[in-house]
Amino acid sequence: MEKRYVKERLRRSMMFVPGNNPGMITDARIYGADSIMFDLEDSVAYTEKDTARFLVHNALKTLDFGQKEIVVRINDLSSGLGVQDLEAIIPAGVHVVRLPKTDSAQDVIDCEREIARIEAKHGIPVGATGMMAAIESSGGVLSAREIAHASDRLIGVALGAEDYVTDLRTTRADGTELLFARSMILNAARSAGIAALDTVYSDVNNEEGFLAEVSLIRKLGFDGKSVINPRQIGILHKALLPSEKDLKKAYAVMEAIAEANAKGSGVASLNGKMIDRPVVTRAQRLIALFEAYTAKEEDEEE
Amino acid sequence: MDEKLLSQIPHIGEINHRGAYVKAPAKHTDTFLERYSRENKVLPSLEDAIRATGLKDGMTISFHHHFRGGDHVVNQVVDKLAEMGFHNLTLAASSLAAVHAPLIEHIKNGVITHIETSGLRGELAEQVSRGLMDCPVVFRSHGGRAAAIRSGELHIDVAFLGAPSCDPYGNANGYSREEGGTIACGSMGYARTDAEYADKVVILTNKLVGYPNAPWAIPEDNVDYIVMMEDIGDPKGIMSGATRYTKNPKELLIAQTAAQVIDAAGYFYDGFSMQMGSGGASLATARFLRDMMLERKIHCRFALGGITGQIAAMHEEGLIDRILDVQSFDLDAAHSLKLNRFHHQISATYYASFLSAAAVDQLDFVILSALEIDTDFNVNVLTGSDGVIRGAIGGHPDTAAGASLSVVVAPLTRGRIPCVIDHVNTVVTPGEVVDVVVTDQGVAVNPRRPEVAKKLRKAGIHVYTIQELRDKALALVGRPDPIRYKDRVVGVVMYRDNTIIDVIRQIEE
Repeated sequence: MEKRYVKERLRRSMMFVPGNNPGMITDARIYGADSIMFDLEDSVAYTEKDTARFLVHNALKTLDFGQKEIVVRINDLSSGLGVQDLEAIIPAGVHVVRLPKTDSAQDVIDCEREIARIEAKHGIPVGATGMMAAIESSGGVLSAREIAHASDRLIGVALGAEDYVTDLRTTRADGTELLFARSMILNAARSAGIAALDTVYSDVNNEEGFLAEVSLIRKLGFDGKSVINPRQIGILHKALLPSEKDLKKAYAVMEAIAEANAKGSGVASLNGKMIDRPVVTRAQRLIALFEAYTAKEEDEEE
Repeated sequence: MDEKLLSQIPHIGEINHRGAYVKAPAKHTDTFLERYSRENKVLPSLEDAIRATGLKDGMTISFHHHFRGGDHVVNQVVDKLAEMGFHNLTLAASSLAAVHAPLIEHIKNGVITHIETSGLRGELAEQVSRGLMDCPVVFRSHGGRAAAIRSGELHIDVAFLGAPSCDPYGNANGYSREEGGTIACGSMGYARTDAEYADKVVILTNKLVGYPNAPWAIPEDNVDYIVMMEDIGDPKGIMSGATRYTKNPKELLIAQTAAQVIDAAGYFYDGFSMQMGSGGASLATARFLRDMMLERKIHCRFALGGITGQIAAMHEEGLIDRILDVQSFDLDAAHSLKLNRFHHQISATYYASFLSAAAVDQLDFVILSALEIDTDFNVNVLTGSDGVIRGAIGGHPDTAAGASLSVVVAPLTRGRIPCVIDHVNTVVTPGEVVDVVVTDQGVAVNPRRPEVAKKLRKAGIHVYTIQELRDKALALVGRPDPIRYKDRVVGVVMYRDNTIIDVIRQIEE
């Protein structure tokens, strides 16, 4: 069965799953994350790299993940492990490859070349595998725009804050330290028409802190966030829900549009105000978020 | 009254009497304080008490398990019985724990030749599964045991009951309202049934308090002798401060689904009744129900069973009107029993005996754990995937049968062990009384309850067949090799009506 990535889809939550933990891999599907990200990089000790690669390869081939987006975070190419990771996971079938420590557009181009080579070698249509770039350094942040535009395969750019704050000679705090990086990445993503994905919040028992961070990135405009514990997923999705007032307005907007279309009128208006394109886009996005939250459990194939 | 007058009373032959009044016995004139320091049931030693009961070889002794892993009563009493030369005794405990491993020696030397219990754990359980005893261990549910005691199928000659407080006449309780600390076990529900029906009752207490020790779990008229003992249990092993809600995301997911199932099935309404176990997912369901109760402003009429601090906290918040407590699971629950007048202590009989109108019959729903569930919805909570005894029946079949909706929660797999399978190792609760199975990977409804399946589907909950859940489990972890047993039966499992529902065989090694 061929897996092909989808460029635009809901990506509120991207759940990290250590690639060397079979229990967590088999359970990954059940927690409601929009995307599952099997990690071959930082959560896997150097001595476990082969194990993780082997496990993730077999998990991709055997397990049924339903409608989830499947992402694998590989090791960076300069480590000498990245290409081996790609050789293992691309033939097994993966939607998106997450490239860590992306400092320049060249990193993306180099990785894409390897992906294309492996796709061709295994008879997979070249271009079937998507990519996302994680930016984790000051250099990367300053090159965010070039990175976001470096490949058509990119579905989004993400911030990796832990390495980034170390590079800046600061530590994670209230978010002030990340404001510049987040803004750069967000604008880079939007200029390329792709998703902007925020970093993890590692203090899993601090729900209040997590919610504050979600509220901040939502205001900034991020699509979603990486999570390291399944318990964060429900909280995240709930926090990203539109307010009742905004939702009502969004439905009213869509109704007005439908009415105008029915009348054959090109111009719709609500409460005397003309509805322009951005208003419609925003309304559609809010409704999509709401419907995703309230959706009935997906009926599984089988 | 003249004796001769009796014959003049019409129908005297039909009136029960003990003859004519002659004279009242001499009245006490000493003070209450003087009297009770002189005339009381306290004996100087355990040995004196044992002799006083008239215990003989071949008789049945009983114990409660309210001290759980911290119990020091069973081992001390049986050590003493061995020392005194008793043999061929039946030990009927409401349950046994890993701490009771020293019984192995007393089984080998013939002091104990038969065991009745709700469960076995640890080394004793391992040895029983390997053929330690000639006579199979009889496993009964809490309700089944209470019924067997009342009917005489399980006749108790002498009950040895540890109590954290007792007065000199035998009013005993699982905590104390007196100054100065004692250990606390909260409710003594299982012990109450033993005290009521045993021929002789010995209370072993570490804290003798002034008469009357009110409120009491066990009234003095059920008690024959009292022995002061320095150490009846280890507070740390009896219970810890509070049972914590699980942080395990898989258990939380199961709990959340269980709460949705109860709501969708129509058993979550203003004035409902409930019971839940202390296991991770089972207890966590309370958390999600609490959120739903606050949101919809509805309350629970009563919570039953083994009680945890979470249930007590919901009572204190005003969400649960009454608590019926047969066993307290943590110090917070024990504390609530002591402080809250509508947190009420009940006996095993009142809780679950099928011979009386039991509280389990008033349950809307119960959330129960399971080691294994099979495609006939039978549940095993007693033997592990290696065939070795490692659990307890508890109130599982009683509450499943009594509740209008029984919900069994379990992960689909534990490590490489599938939990939904073709045949459970040991049937503890029959599929006839199990309504819904909730796993992390999906929900199945017993075909006997099509209306429940319909309601769940209507609420958007995907309902699998139990066979589909089994297939999902096997697809993940593969089909395990069958367990190898010998022919010899080492355990007999009774359903709550004390019919034999299954046997446990010796494992082949």
